[in-house]
Amino acid sequence: MMCRTGQQPDPHDADDEKISNAAFAALLEDSAEELYESAPCGYLSTLMDGTIAKVNTTLLTWLGMEREAVVGRMRFTDLLTVGGKLYLETHFAPLLRMQGEISAIALEIKQTDGGRMPVLVSSAIKHGSTGEPMLIRTTVFDARDRRAYEEELLRGRKAAEEARKQAEADRARLQDALAVLQQSLLPDTLPKVPGVETAAYYHTAHPDRLGGDFYDVFPIDGKRFGFFLGDVCGKGPQAAALTSLTRYTLRAAALHDPDPVSALTTLNTVLHERYAGSGDPRYCTVVFGTLEPDPDSGQVAVHLAAGGHPPVITVRADGTAGYLPTPGGLLVGVLPFARFTAATTVLAPGDMLLLYTDGITEARTGEDRTSLYGDEALLAFAADHAGKPPPAAIQALTGLLNSFGDGLDDDTALLALGVPTPDPLTRSSQ
Amino acid sequence: MDIARRNNVTVTGNPQGRAVVLAHGFGCDQNMWRLTLPALAEDYRVVLFDYVGSGRSDAAAFSEDRYASLTGYAQDVVEVCEALDLRDAVFVGHSVSAMIGVLAAGMAPGRIGAHVMVAPSPRYIDDDGYHGGFSTEDIDELLASLESNYLGWSAAMAPVIMGNGDRPELGEELKNSFCATDPDMARVFARTTFLSDSRDDLKSVRVSTLVLECTQDVIAPREVGAFVHQAIPGSTLITLEATGHCPHLSAPGATNKAITEFLAAL
Repeated sequence: MMCRTGQQPDPHDADDEKISNAAFAALLEDSAEELYESAPCGYLSTLMDGTIAKVNTTLLTWLGMEREAVVGRMRFTDLLTVGGKLYLETHFAPLLRMQGEISAIALEIKQTDGGRMPVLVSSAIKHGSTGEPMLIRTTVFDARDRRAYEEELLRGRKAAEEARKQAEADRARLQDALAVLQQSLLPDTLPKVPGVETAAYYHTAHPDRLGGDFYDVFPIDGKRFGFFLGDVCGKGPQAAALTSLTRYTLRAAALHDPDPVSALTTLNTVLHERYAGSGDPRYCTVVFGTLEPDPDSGQVAVHLAAGGHPPVITVRADGTAGYLPTPGGLLVGVLPFARFTAATTVLAPGDMLLLYTDGITEARTGEDRTSLYGDEALLAFAADHAGKPPPAAIQALTGLLNSFGDGLDDDTALLALGVPTPDPLTRSSQ
Repeated sequence: MDIARRNNVTVTGNPQGRAVVLAHGFGCDQNMWRLTLPALAEDYRVVLFDYVGSGRSDAAAFSEDRYASLTGYAQDVVEVCEALDLRDAVFVGHSVSAMIGVLAAGMAPGRIGAHVMVAPSPRYIDDDGYHGGFSTEDIDELLASLESNYLGWSAAMAPVIMGNGDRPELGEELKNSFCATDPDMARVFARTTFLSDSRDDLKSVRVSTLVLECTQDVIAPREVGAFVHQAIPGSTLITLEATGHCPHLSAPGATNKAITEFLAAL
């Protein structure tokens, strides 16, 4: 416009002017009164006691009522459902009094045809020149779409709540099932072995508590007991299935032939047959052995063999500790025919055999994987606890595991088999 | 248990004065008494509190079982009285709270020595020869709307609080009021309130009682005020020139005058 100052209007401008003049005339037609009556929202003015003094056509149309039936005859509360009336009296009116205004409250108005229309109501108090409340001005907005949307949200919320409850129930059921399975992987308690004291500890790093380590002690015949401790590759359900197969195979194999090399060979055959061709080759490392207590000497003969597993530690009553080497043993289940190395030792009173998985020796003691706890440290720790009965030794080792904190990120199984020292009274009487 | 914290107890006014307990009804919280307090503070020791589940009470103390009957709310009153060791206090109860006060007086003799009942109702549902103002269907509809209109009741107050830019202290004050608190607790209070029938309990009232009613009250109509007055021997009935259910807010002058004159005559 600025650049055309002083110029003659061209014909197009004249047309535009005509159109805008017509629009402006229409706007003038839309008087304040017209705007009030036909506004896209309901207007309502009431006296302080709620008596309706003024109402617009929009609201009357929504209500399906004649003006004469409403103005001076009805109060705002009369337009509402019972829930709305109570809400008005207990919440809306008090808050309006306290604040002078209130906005966007969800209510429902009753229509003469019996329908109910969800609305959003806002009110403000008009005060007189001396500050006394004069009347209440109220706007009423159609909230049918909004209510439909809210109900949709509510349905969604309820569905989510149901799904959450179902998921919790499923989870509880799964936990129960897991607990039962877990018990099939690890013995609840170790059996009593005459002349031998046993203790074990299991730390699981898997959130489902399905670990990849295992151990067991079980009777073979009248005089011998079998024991084993091992580590299957992987964690979780697949590892648990492998653990289960390993555990029951070893128990069955030992009953057939308690020779440790023979038992491990059977296990190797079974695992290889099961997993080698499955496309998911799996294996384990394990120490298997037998205990043969001699009631006369109080000593216990140990025969064991290992397949790919760290050597066991012998802790002597005199305070020394050493590894019982089983070199050359292969991982169990990888090759169709495997060699295993046997070893024997004798436990005298006060001596103890300690079996463990590499979770303890590979626990991180520094920031990264370069500083691990290690074999030497474990040997020294075992020596420090020489002469202690197995439960005390396991307790000390549990404390050690806890001290690793986040550094212990793998499953760890510990099994201690010791020969008790005769108590002083018994000894003196002999 | 810290009752003062649990029930958000406020003690104000004249420490030497007689104790006056102001108890809110179903709806808001102790803020409802803001226009009453100035009329009492000079002469009386005024005790304000929120029922558990309302206002700034400790929501963790809420139990659906306990507050499924008015006795549970009366237990709140008794515990507040005991915590402050109130004796012969005047109990000013609004709406259903008037009935809660009657129950509390029976449970803890000696604690409450007079009642002021503001728009009381012992029963909201009509019964043979009794006009409560609501039909069973009405109340069922109310309770159903409380169930279904979850968002409307819970979220509706948020804009009110947000919209208080020019008076932030008010928004702050109301932030934790019933209106914005857990709708599940409000639902329990509504159910307990509107299904209650305390008509028989009124006969047990033996202390001075003032009944205040409004000329136009949807929740406690005139018939109910007359019933309460007749049921309590020796009670005084005053009809306030006020409409609605909250005369202490809509007609504070008349309400305060009636209360202070009653207190002065005790």
